[in-house]
Formats: sequence, C-alpha cells, structure tokens
Amino acid sequence: MSAPSLRSRLAARGLDGTTLLILPGLIFILALFVYPFAFGVIDSLRPKEGAWYANYAKFFHDPYQYGTIAATLWLALPVTIVNLALAVPIAFRVRLMRRQRLLTTILVLPITLGTVFVADGLLTFLGPRGWFNHALMLLGILHEPLKLTNNYWGVFASLLITGFPFAFLLTLSYVSGIDPAIEQAAATLGAGPRQRFARIFLPLLVPGLAVTFCLSFVQAYAVFPSAVLLGAPAGPTRVISIAAYQAAFEQYDHSMGSAIALIMGGVELVVVVLVLAGRSLFYRGPAGGTKG
Amino acid sequence: MIRDKGLTSKIWRFAIWAVAGLFVLNLAAVIAVVIINSFATRWLGTWLPAGWTTRWYFDAWNEFQLSDVVLVTFEIVFTVTILSGLLGIITAYALARRDFPGKKIVVLLFLLPLLIPTLTYGIPLATVLYQFGLGGTFWGVVLINLVPSFPFVVLVMIPFIEQIDPRIEAAARVFGAGTTSLFLRILFPLLLPGMLAALLLVLVRALAMFELTFLVAGPTTQTLVVSLYYAVFASGVRASQSIDAMAVVYMVTTLFWLVIALQFVNPTQIVTRAKQQSAH
Repeated sequence: MSAPSLRSRLAARGLDGTTLLILPGLIFILALFVYPFAFGVIDSLRPKEGAWYANYAKFFHDPYQYGTIAATLWLALPVTIVNLALAVPIAFRVRLMRRQRLLTTILVLPITLGTVFVADGLLTFLGPRGWFNHALMLLGILHEPLKLTNNYWGVFASLLITGFPFAFLLTLSYVSGIDPAIEQAAATLGAGPRQRFARIFLPLLVPGLAVTFCLSFVQAYAVFPSAVLLGAPAGPTRVISIAAYQAAFEQYDHSMGSAIALIMGGVELVVVVLVLAGRSLFYRGPAGGTKG
Repeated sequence: MIRDKGLTSKIWRFAIWAVAGLFVLNLAAVIAVVIINSFATRWLGTWLPAGWTTRWYFDAWNEFQLSDVVLVTFEIVFTVTILSGLLGIITAYALARRDFPGKKIVVLLFLLPLLIPTLTYGIPLATVLYQFGLGGTFWGVVLINLVPSFPFVVLVMIPFIEQIDPRIEAAARVFGAGTTSLFLRILFPLLLPGMLAALLLVLVRALAMFELTFLVAGPTTQTLVVSLYYAVFASGVRASQSIDAMAVVYMVTTLFWLVIALQFVNPTQIVTRAKQQSAH
C-alpha cells in the first residue's frame, strides 16, 4: 500500500480543481484592490519633498486641511443620528403594514437615482424661489425665504433624502426579523407599549442598529458630489473627500491625495470600531421565539 | 398584532405617519421639480412655470452630446455587468462549495471594497490606472467599476449557490456529465433566477456609480451621471431647464432598469442583501 497521492491529500483539505476556480477572482482583487491600496500606503509615505511623514505632518499642521475631519464628522454624525431616529419608529409602524411594497419602492428611488440627481433636484426645490420656501411662506411660517442651498443645510438635506431610506430599509429588515410572539408574550404579561419597546425590542435591536448606524455613517461620511454641488465646498462643507480629491487631481500631488484618502479611511474606522465596541455591551442572542 | 388604544398611542401613531408622509412628499417634490423644470419655458418664483415646451430636450441632446454619452454609458455598464457576473459566479461557486485553509481571509478580501469608503481606495487605484495609461479610457472606467461590483455579485451569489443541493451535481456526475455540461445543463438553469437578480442589481448600481467613474473618466468616457455632475457643477453656463432635461434622461434610463430589477428582487434587497452579510 502506498500513501495517498498528493492530489488526494490536497483534495482532503479542500484543495482541488473546484477550489482553483477562485483564482481569477482572487487575482483580480489582488491586482485592482490590494495592490493599489498597498501602492497608496507606500505612495503616501513618499512625499514630493521632506521626510517620509511629510504629507501627514502637512495635513495635521494646516487648519484648512485638518479642519475637514471636523467638517465631515459635523455633517455625517448628526445626519446619521437623525436618519436612525426617524427610521426606527417608522420601521416599527411599517412592520405592521400588509402592503409594504409600495412604500419600500418609493424609498428605493433616491438610493438608485444617487446623490448627483438628488443634488440637482434640491438646488431648485430648496432654492430661494423654490417650492419649499414658497410653501413655508404661504403657510405663514416664514416671512422671507431661508437660504438652504450652497451651505451646510443643503448638504444635510441631500444626506437626509438619500440616507433616511437606506437606514429605514435596513432597520425594517432587522425589525421584521424579530418574532412577534415575543411582543405578544410581553403584552400578555402586562407590558405597555413603552415598556415593550424599551425592554423587549430595543435590546434585541441594538446589534442591528449598530450595524445600520455604521453603514449609514459610512455613506454619509463619504459625501462628495452633494457637498460640492449643494454645499459651500470652500467653506463649512469642505469635507475630507473634497480635500483628498483636490490634492490628487487638482494639485496633481497623488502622494498627498493618497495620504488624505488613508486618513479618511482611518477616521471612519475609528468611529465604526467605537460603535461596534459599544454594541458588545448589550444583549447578544437569538431574536427568534423558539426554544433552543 | 397588538393594537394599542389610548390617546398617547393615537397621537404617536399620527405623528409617525405625518413624518413619513412629509418625507415622501418632499421626495416626490424634489423629483417633480426636475421633471417640471425640464418642460418649462420660464419658471421663476411661481408654483408652476409660465409655459410648457419640449425644446430643452433637443437642446440638451445636442449640447451635451447625449447620444454619445448614452451609448458610452450602456457600453460601460453592460461590460461591467457581464464581466462581474462571469467572474463573480465562478468565484462564488468555489467559495460556496469548498472549505480550504485561508478561506476567511479570501472572503474578507471580497468584503473590503464594500466597506472601505470609495475614495479611500479609489484615489490610489485611479493613480495606478493613470500610471498604466488607462486613465480616461474605456477599460479604465470598466476596471474601476468592477472593483465594487464583482465582490457584490460574489456576496449575493454565495448563499444562492449554497442552497442548491450538491447531490444534484453528484448525480449528474454519476451519469457522466463533464464539468462543462454540468455547468451548462445543471447549474446554469438552477442559478438563473439568482444570477438575473444579482446582475440587475449590479446594473442599477453601476448606472448610478458616480465617485469611481468620475475619478478616471475622460472626455470620451463620461457616463450619464458624470456628465450630469459636470453640467450641474458648471450651472449658469447653460439653461437650468437644459440640465434638468438631461437629469430626466438619466432618471428614465435608471428607472427603466430599476423597474425591471424590481420584478425579480424585493426593494429592500437593493440595500440589505450584501450589506447584511458584510456585517457579520
């Protein structure tokens, strides 16, 4: 008896012809994602002039540059919190609806149309002579039009229009995943609506909400076209993606551009890790009602 | 379902529907404003424009060379869809059927492009593409768009392939099917619904994918959404009605595919399917 061939030993560990099918995809990802990313890291450490850390030093010494981190967070965090605060109660109502499809279809529109289209529409809609101001003045709420475009609020509105549906659809899928029998059990035992929410649903939802928060935040944080079109890209809505784009493609300093892009990814990672670490403080377990 | 009665519950319920209604109303108004303006002769400060015309569509079609732009958009988007479909299904099949050392790392590699902000990898990637002389070319735009779409197909297809019983394949093997006929006659028909859904989602996403295309698109390789961005960015140069006419053209092309996609997928899948998996 001879030992099993190399081929069958590899197959026993899961390596055979079928496994090799991942090679084209793997090569693609290595060539177009891993390599450029590594290239970006090294490139950012080889500045046009100065020591290896010169790009980072320049970024963190120039208030016009490092201020973009605060500007981005100042937009992305409030918008994400508002989106989630709206999404949770509405998702709880919609979960009881039988025909959700119409609403979900309407809400998918701004996501598929994208930020550029929404920004174009909002420029007219929120403009000084647009419908929004017109309606508010007609209702007597305003006496003169509010300035809502080319500033912070324009970008905020665009992130709300594209971000709320996103947060809502994610939350809805988590909320529908909770077994209604759990709520019925709590109601049978005499828990009121507020208690049911705070003591039954919320603990079950926290993991899902943390993920929804992260994904909504990632979207709002990467805001680029609407910050340029609807905001004040030289002023309060000069977000970090604008800084990275300008460095790389307007000043043709790809080394600096890569450095800012990496700082951007780093800041986002910090927020995501903080949120996900906070999640582990809460209950983790099944949201189904069955034993087991 | 439990229905709470009582005044506070009623007020609360009303408030929630009011907020949801307001949102939908504003959303509808944003879209309506674009459509109305594209048909308006002159529209300043009133509820509705002074008169109606269709000439802005002809203007926009010539000024923005929309026939070229639409053609290029479809060429790019279909190439991206087909390539990410082919590559994605092959990869997803291997990942769904085999356990091998290092699989977790490979799966993580496919997740990263969907988690990292587009510009964070987009800027180094665009730099690399420019250095290889691909910046501004058709293939440059296709390649940069494949980076998020291909992993998306993989993640959508893995659970779909996993639910197909491997014994069906084994049975086909027993009856003498080779790898090619196994793929063509057994797997392909079974996977068709999932593939169709995944590819339509990729198509809709690629049409609206702005950031990455924007980084490498040259004058002859602008997609509709990038041309729209430049038009809005330089607004004032052209009549706003003309820009909005182009926005409507973009909207119609996107919604056409969205409507088809919604025949096969649930609206929530457009955001949740890949995202939820990427969370775990």
